[in-house]
Amino acid sequence: MILTLHDYWSERGCVILQPYDMEMGAGTFHPATTLRALGPESWNAAFVQPCRRPTDGRYGENPNRLQHYYQYQVILKPSPADLQDLYLGSLAAIGVDMTKHDIRFVEDDWESPTLGAWGLGWEVWCDGMEVTQFTYFQQMGGYDMKPVAGELTYGLERLAMYIQDVDNVYDLRFNDAGVSYGDVFLENEKQMSTWNFEVADTDTLFDAFKKAAAECERCLEAKLPIPAYEQAIKASHTFNLLQARGVISVAERQAYMGRVRDLAKGACGAWMDKNGWAA
Amino acid sequence: MTDFLLELRSEEIPARMQAGARENLAKLFTAELAKAGLSAGEIVTYAGPRRLALIARGLPAATEAVSEEVKGPRASAPPQALEGFLRKTGLTREQLTERDGVLFAITKKPGRATAEVLAEAIPAIVRAFPWPKSMRWGAESASTESMRWVRPLHAIVALFGGEVVPFDIAGITSGNTTRGHRFHAPAEIVLTGADAYVEQLRAAKVLVDQDERAAIIRARASALAAEAGLELVEDEGLVAENAGLTEWPVPLLGRFDEAYLDVPPEVIQLTARVNQKYFVCRSADGKLANAFVCTANIEATDGGAKIVEGNGKVLAARLSDARFFYETDLKTKLDDLRPKLEKIVFHEKLGTVADKVERVAKLARWLVEEGIVTESPSRRREGLGEGSATGDVAGGEVPPPSPPVNGGGELADLAERAAYLAKADLVTGMVGEFPELQGLMGGYYAAAQGEDPRVAEAVRDHYKPVGQGDDVPTAPVTVAVALADKLDTLVSFFGIDERPTGSKDPFALRRAALGLIGLILDNSLRCSDYDLFYQAVGNSEIGIGTVVAGGYFHDFIIDRLKVQQRSNGVRHDVIDAVVLPGSESEFGGERDLVRLLARVRALQAFVTTDDGTNLLAGYKRAANILKKEGVEGDQSWTAPTYTLEPAEADLIAALDAAEPKAAQAVKAEDFEAAMAALASLRAPIDRFFDDVTVNDADPAKRTARLALLARVRAAVHTVADFSRIEG
Repeated sequence: MILTLHDYWSERGCVILQPYDMEMGAGTFHPATTLRALGPESWNAAFVQPCRRPTDGRYGENPNRLQHYYQYQVILKPSPADLQDLYLGSLAAIGVDMTKHDIRFVEDDWESPTLGAWGLGWEVWCDGMEVTQFTYFQQMGGYDMKPVAGELTYGLERLAMYIQDVDNVYDLRFNDAGVSYGDVFLENEKQMSTWNFEVADTDTLFDAFKKAAAECERCLEAKLPIPAYEQAIKASHTFNLLQARGVISVAERQAYMGRVRDLAKGACGAWMDKNGWAA
Repeated sequence: MTDFLLELRSEEIPARMQAGARENLAKLFTAELAKAGLSAGEIVTYAGPRRLALIARGLPAATEAVSEEVKGPRASAPPQALEGFLRKTGLTREQLTERDGVLFAITKKPGRATAEVLAEAIPAIVRAFPWPKSMRWGAESASTESMRWVRPLHAIVALFGGEVVPFDIAGITSGNTTRGHRFHAPAEIVLTGADAYVEQLRAAKVLVDQDERAAIIRARASALAAEAGLELVEDEGLVAENAGLTEWPVPLLGRFDEAYLDVPPEVIQLTARVNQKYFVCRSADGKLANAFVCTANIEATDGGAKIVEGNGKVLAARLSDARFFYETDLKTKLDDLRPKLEKIVFHEKLGTVADKVERVAKLARWLVEEGIVTESPSRRREGLGEGSATGDVAGGEVPPPSPPVNGGGELADLAERAAYLAKADLVTGMVGEFPELQGLMGGYYAAAQGEDPRVAEAVRDHYKPVGQGDDVPTAPVTVAVALADKLDTLVSFFGIDERPTGSKDPFALRRAALGLIGLILDNSLRCSDYDLFYQAVGNSEIGIGTVVAGGYFHDFIIDRLKVQQRSNGVRHDVIDAVVLPGSESEFGGERDLVRLLARVRALQAFVTTDDGTNLLAGYKRAANILKKEGVEGDQSWTAPTYTLEPAEADLIAALDAAEPKAAQAVKAEDFEAAMAALASLRAPIDRFFDDVTVNDADPAKRTARLALLARVRAAVHTVADFSRIEG
């Protein structure tokens, strides 16, 4: 399926990238999306990104909720006029028969408070199941998009469950030799859920958050937006872990999110400056 | 006359915005035409996921020629005046017309072709269109000034008669082609004009008329349920939403595992509706059935088998999650959730939810112990659902105030217990997932842990009534908790100076006040708002500027009462006449809402009678004289020693008779009798003004007569402050 999507988007002018080697909550955090979405240059890319969402962990007991899963992300700037058709073409390519299945674009506006980003679009339903987030970015890092980029985020496990017709993610067939998704990831989900929710040392995490934030600022002073952005990603994930550990109160939550947003905005701003783009 | 067709085809428009978009399109179109002096015979608008359309019928081919006339100086005026006028109009002397010695500038504006007007109007409408949220897209969006639409706009059809109205907006050129259904008929279609629009698209598997789509969904969903031996749970909101999500709606019935029916039916219905936009069904016994109806947007080649299967799986996953929450929640007693409530901030200045619970529990107990809420509150309404709340306290009659009950016994304990548990469900998994289930889930969990059914009911319903038209609780335990909750909210927020302003009411205090009024009036709870306020203040440990807030609280409640009663035809000036600003004693100001409304109704009935109108006129005359003479407040009355004129003596006799009657009637809360007592003054007052001169030359007579008028005024004031009544 991933290969099919790579072929499909590659044929349509996308550069095929590899996953970013840092922990992040969504493919949108990949610098190929966040930073490259800024500025006037054309940019078309497709890649798989593993996502970590510590609070979504269910110790491997929920049929489709995972603290670690994969997104397939496509970013196209400027958003092409036929983006919806291109997207539907990709569904057809991976085997969705649109004469038998009900594909629907249902309003779902996207916002990432930690990236200072928002966009309008839909969640795409296939027979009532959300399979893709489809967004026209309007702002990133607090900056207006000039021009607007279109972002497609496919939930790979969900699509695979759908295509393979299985009800539980762990029953997905990883290959034809009898290896299942569960064989590969179930133990990981169990252990990581335990660590995320119960074991992770919160003092270390608080410390890590502070250090990442400080390092981000040092990088910004040194006018190095990419390392600064990496530190912002690090701070963001550390914050997510602290959330999972339940040690951040409702009131503090806003403050932490604001802090991460400021770091991400700072990195985006520095990226704009570095490239000589006006806000 | 010619018809005009406009179709704006875009990517999927959010369902919730479609109705507003139709309205705005019609409004803007009408306004743009009006600017050019045009109006259509009829305007029809359509909205769906991928197109917004308008048909204007009966437009003329061109606007009428108009001639404008501007009056100038007299022909004989000095040259400077003429020059000024020529400069202003941009004409020469020869172009002016002289009439009766005055110069006129007459400019003739020829008629314009309607198509030309439309070619300017449509781009203006598109650019100014007020979407709740709009976006930029594509290469054009390199500029932030690029066009905005709700989602990318792809094509515009504009046909006047059969002709394209040519214009260009941000790279989109108007034309006559559109596309049909995304999957069934994606090819281009050439439209011929307004008349054939609906049918041409129907042939391309698009029903442009949202009402037709809604009708199909309504009828087909019901029929599917009936074929399965079930009854559809109707939901017009869902009908409209599904009509907004489909161009070719195909309702399909599916089933889910019966085992999920253990989950409360409200949860299933909510999950199905909110997350999936499905209808649910009832079986013959009235219970929720394990069936759903989804609305597809295609006629699938397999008859929808795959679609039903897929949707069923998604719903099963949702229900599995819901059941997981429900079963997990059931493992914890509501009492044990208290520590979690201590962590939720209700408001930074008002403590945590646990603090609020503490206050509400105390207040609920007090309401019972004080005898305000009793075991069987006397209900005065004839029945639920007719008219709005508090309708028919019959003219002037109110139930007697309940005697204070010492202790309140079991009822007080139940009320306190229910209040104590009422907010616990806020920290359950289910309410975390579905906030709109607050209260309801608490009710289920309370029942499950073996609470008294009255407590469970109170936990469930204590948020009610939410807004006008919602059922007002009547069960005593529920009434006590619901009233205490709203009272605490109002007093607490007023205490920290949080007040609604204009359209801003972030803590829904107006709604809380309406709820409080509804609870008091519907259950005929006899209490003074003054007592309620001070009890609530005493209850809270926060510092409250009581005097200021107390006055505000009273005014706020009365203000909401006026709003609420307006729909019942109760006049605000009549309410003012009974309420009166100021203290409890002055003019017998009314702070018991039940009695207040009874007085208001009796008074309003009276002032519209002949006697009432005349008495009001007499009263106002007396009050004006007194005001002019500076006679204020009550005057001590001593019978005059001079020889009384007959009308004077009559009035005194009438007052002697009426005063005790009115006072007695007010005390007995028989306000019709009080009005009757006042009515007996009408004729004597009229005659007094006809026959007697107040401003007599004899100072003794003048003083005595002013005192008599003051007595009239005071007598009227025992019933109401007539000076507040308009007319």
